[in-house]
Amino acid sequence: MKSLATQRRKPVAALVLVVLVLSLIGALYAAVGSATKVQAVDAPNSAEQIALGEKLFVQSCSSCHGIGGVGTDEAPSLVGAGEASADFQLSTGRMPLTAEQAQAQERTPVFSDEEIMAISKYVGSLGAGPSNPTASQLEYENADLALGGELFRTNCSQCHNFAGEGGALSNGKYAPNIRNASPLQIWQAMITGPENMPVFSDQTMSDSDKQAIIKFVNHLDNEPSFGGWDGGSLGPVSEGLTVFLLVIGLLIGAAVWIGAKVR
Amino acid sequence: MSNAIGNFASGLDDRLTIASWSRRNIRKVFPEHWSFMFGEMALYAFITVLLSGIYLTLFFKPSMTEVLYDGSYVPLKGVHMSEAYASTLDISFDVRGGLLLRQIHHWAALLFVAAMSVHLVRVFVTGAFRKPREINWMIGLGLLMMGFLAGFSGYSLPDDLLSGTGLRIAEGIMLSIPVIGTYLSFFLFDGEFPGDEFISRLYGIHILLIPGVILALITAHLLIVWYQKHTQYPGKGKTNDNVVGYPVMPIYAAKAGGFFFVVFGVIVAIAGVITINPIWGYGPYMPDQITAGSQPDWYMGWLEGALRIMPNWETVAWGHTISWNVFIPAAVLMGIVFTLLGAYPWLERWATPGDQTKDHNLLDRPRNAPTRTALATGSLTFYFLMLIAGGNDIIASQLDMSINAITWVVRIGIFVIPPFVFWITRRICLSLQRKDRDLLLHGVETGTMMRLPHGEFEEVHAPLSEEAKAVILSKETIEPIPYPEKTDANGVKTPHYHLKKMQAAVSHWLYRDAVPLPSAAELEAAEHHILESAEKGAPVMHQMRQLEAEGGVMHDPSAAEADRAAGVTVPHLDAEFDQKAEDEKGQQAD
Amino acid sequence: MSQIENQEHSSEYAPVPIPHSEVRRSDVSPKQAKYQQRLISLLFGLSMLCAVIFVVAYVQIPIDETVSIPFLGTWSKMNTILGLSFGLGSFFIGAGVIQWAKQLMSHREMVQDRHPLRSPDDAREDAIAQFQQGAQESTFATQPILRRSLIGAMALFPIPLVMLLRDLGPLPGDKLFNTMWRPGMRVVMDVTSAPIRPSDIPIGGIVSAMPDGLPEVQEHDGNLNERAKSVVLLVRLNPDDIVSQQNPEGEASWDYEGVLCFSKICPHVGCPIALYEQRTHHLLCPCHQSTFDLADSGRVVFGPAARDLPQLPITVDKDGYIIARNGFAEPVGPSFWERA
Repeated sequence: MKSLATQRRKPVAALVLVVLVLSLIGALYAAVGSATKVQAVDAPNSAEQIALGEKLFVQSCSSCHGIGGVGTDEAPSLVGAGEASADFQLSTGRMPLTAEQAQAQERTPVFSDEEIMAISKYVGSLGAGPSNPTASQLEYENADLALGGELFRTNCSQCHNFAGEGGALSNGKYAPNIRNASPLQIWQAMITGPENMPVFSDQTMSDSDKQAIIKFVNHLDNEPSFGGWDGGSLGPVSEGLTVFLLVIGLLIGAAVWIGAKVR
Repeated sequence: MSNAIGNFASGLDDRLTIASWSRRNIRKVFPEHWSFMFGEMALYAFITVLLSGIYLTLFFKPSMTEVLYDGSYVPLKGVHMSEAYASTLDISFDVRGGLLLRQIHHWAALLFVAAMSVHLVRVFVTGAFRKPREINWMIGLGLLMMGFLAGFSGYSLPDDLLSGTGLRIAEGIMLSIPVIGTYLSFFLFDGEFPGDEFISRLYGIHILLIPGVILALITAHLLIVWYQKHTQYPGKGKTNDNVVGYPVMPIYAAKAGGFFFVVFGVIVAIAGVITINPIWGYGPYMPDQITAGSQPDWYMGWLEGALRIMPNWETVAWGHTISWNVFIPAAVLMGIVFTLLGAYPWLERWATPGDQTKDHNLLDRPRNAPTRTALATGSLTFYFLMLIAGGNDIIASQLDMSINAITWVVRIGIFVIPPFVFWITRRICLSLQRKDRDLLLHGVETGTMMRLPHGEFEEVHAPLSEEAKAVILSKETIEPIPYPEKTDANGVKTPHYHLKKMQAAVSHWLYRDAVPLPSAAELEAAEHHILESAEKGAPVMHQMRQLEAEGGVMHDPSAAEADRAAGVTVPHLDAEFDQKAEDEKGQQAD
Repeated sequence: MSQIENQEHSSEYAPVPIPHSEVRRSDVSPKQAKYQQRLISLLFGLSMLCAVIFVVAYVQIPIDETVSIPFLGTWSKMNTILGLSFGLGSFFIGAGVIQWAKQLMSHREMVQDRHPLRSPDDAREDAIAQFQQGAQESTFATQPILRRSLIGAMALFPIPLVMLLRDLGPLPGDKLFNTMWRPGMRVVMDVTSAPIRPSDIPIGGIVSAMPDGLPEVQEHDGNLNERAKSVVLLVRLNPDDIVSQQNPEGEASWDYEGVLCFSKICPHVGCPIALYEQRTHHLLCPCHQSTFDLADSGRVVFGPAARDLPQLPITVDKDGYIIARNGFAEPVGPSFWERA
């Protein structure tokens, strides 16, 4: 998975990713459900956990975010960032940051699940901020799929594309592909606004709205490509390329064959 | 011929004189070349569009009336949408083969415009637009423009998020037209955008008006091609006054007819395995929704690119606004490009000496018209840069680049790169002309060296094939129109002096630097010289051919010995022979 | 079968075959000819088979059934099989006919003369003379009054054709200058129509919003015209980050505790503009990449848009919900000629 994560911005990535995603549909059905349960366990906010989190924070995070997460010139304060934010950044491997880039890249997480939970709890304890959803909040199976589609096209597709494939922002920044994001990650992203993503608060995006959006994104991931190979769901650009490279290419082949001398 | 057919034909001739027409046309000769097939490709794509379009009209409802969707596509169940979009969903999910028809229609439409565009480039770089074919060139441009309109109107009909966004941009472009823009937009949309009339209005235009015009233009285009006879590439036995190729009946008819089934088959098979325009994914059009990577179909991509790279100029004066930032790239640019394309044949004719009466039935090789070929590559570079700008967001997200950087590179690049490509193409063409001249003067280099008895090394030159010679000799060496004198010997002013000066300048721009063909005397001397070389090298060449037949390796020492006896030396073979002899000696010694 | 006996027909119009030395194998070898015959008939046979497959697939396959193709995704089974059978059926016919022409039809290059397109001089002279005769008989040249009045009539004749287009649509009036925003109108959430309190929007947050009552207006008008110009975006910035706003000098700033309201319609060519980067406060248009700095009066910082994104002044009502303090101060959406 590591190589996939680092290659994900390459030109062939769209094809590879779509192929992978679609061929793993069955597995993902199961994976999504179980992942939900594992990640959203509400562990007791024990002092031990926070203490472990603080230790890890001092080791790995404080050089940029400062002791106590108060922020430095290099990185923002994490007071009030919330548990959900820390969990999202760490579990998608965006943090700890490895290099200065236009924005943090998705990678394999550096920490174990327990460590991530501990650090998240610690960050959550620094000041009031968005916390992780409960397991019942993440139950999206009964949500309204059509409403999810409308909310997605109104609030999400402008950056993440109609099929969740992602898209470009200004100056090299981008909205990532979200087709294989877990329900928890989608939820966290909406309430914390990682990187340049705006925040969709609980008040402006109710739990049921969030569940509908998660259901729609999950559907995007599983929907067949009815008309055949989808060309990366990139719209008319890949269609135009196909016409010139494949269709005209084949027909030039036929034309050369028609004119070729026979022995 | 059976009697029934004979009677039928005879009856037809009694009424329509078909025999007189047929005797001249049934065995009409058409030249054959793969590059002549692009026009047919476009024609067959258009037939495919027409056929699939007829089926679609039976199922599509061109109405913007709002309905609640209740079809088979679950994620949109209960969503408000226009009837047009709902019926497109029905075609995709509830009509058997409907999705296939939609995809055939769209792929064929993209191919139609693509094949026309490639055809245009082929006609341009081979000079096929020259007299007497300027009229057909103009008709072809009309067809291309109609192809744009047909495509764009079709793209807009399903009323999905992408097509609505395209229409919104079209409305913005209309509004940018000075003085009449607002009125134009209000009349077309029956008020403000989007209104509730536009789809049904566009539908009539898309299925009746535009195809009608295209059919009329295609008919004229084909009749003229038929009447004027097709151009041909230069070659042995091909002149400006004949056509070399295959008769319509049976060869050309069979091949062209067969090609229709190939084109149709490829489009339909592609429609079966590659998605195009998944409208269900885009969702119904809402003026406040949008998807990242909103793009037009490829043929509009260059205009989209122009819109994206244009600086944000706008003038507000005397209570009026002129949006140069929209009007120039979206409206003026297209006008300029098509005007230049339409004017080019007449411009070239004007600047070519003695070209007022001559017919051009023999095509130019692109290298023999360096300025024209360079114009083509320069313009194509300009076009592709704009296409790149039109897809800058997709390129940025797929190649991990910055939109802003791509935009700036193209902004500067369109002024810098095309002239550079123009210059380098011209140099390449002239070099190729020089190479052709060398081939005539020195023959083909065989790559085989021979050592002459007195020790000199020389490469064996073989004479050029008759076909190759005919191709090279087809070049016309054109002297540019000389610059006019301001006054003649008697001091009388030359009439239209400035116009003539301009004519001469254009003519020099087109025809200067051409590498002249060798004179007849030079050619004769060269022929003699080449034959001599070939004759001298004949034994060596014979040897080489034998070697090639045997696998290219010298393994028969006696052959080399025989050659030595005959006074022919083959250096590397000799060395090999000597080596072998020594090896043998060594083995004996052991 | 192998040798085509050519009884050469020649006439003034028949093309002349070019003598050639190249002989096809199928011309000299009966075995090869037989092979080609079989191959071509096989192609035609395959085409027939494809037609049968098409019919069977059309009748048998349920329209919603899918088929999983390794590496390429899950496709509609019906679309795939119908497309492949129909397409290949056509392709096989084409391939067979072309192969027939290449292998078994007499395939000799021929030459035909071109004839000058220009009419002979006497034909031209005759045509001109006849035209002049006709022109003279028409009295067109000698009847200036009739000629001029006819030209006048012809010039006016198209007027009805243009006039008939008049009722295509209403005159623009001031429609492009106004939206339905009025002072005191609530700013509600798009899709759900819920009212919004400033505290609902965290710093870095964004809400796609619309005027309260827009769905009713849509219902009443029977179109989406009002939606196409009155939708807005609410964003909340740290008040310290706000550099400037569009309020005229002397007027109170148009935000409410850092909540800013901007038109969602791009002033370039009208795309909904909503790619909000909360850290840079930049709003990017996905169509042509115009970028606006929301912290600085919606100023254009990149791209082809010429004008700042119009800002809507907001405040809260007595229930604490966000309302418009006023309508837009300028027309929203693309520029147009009448706009000052």
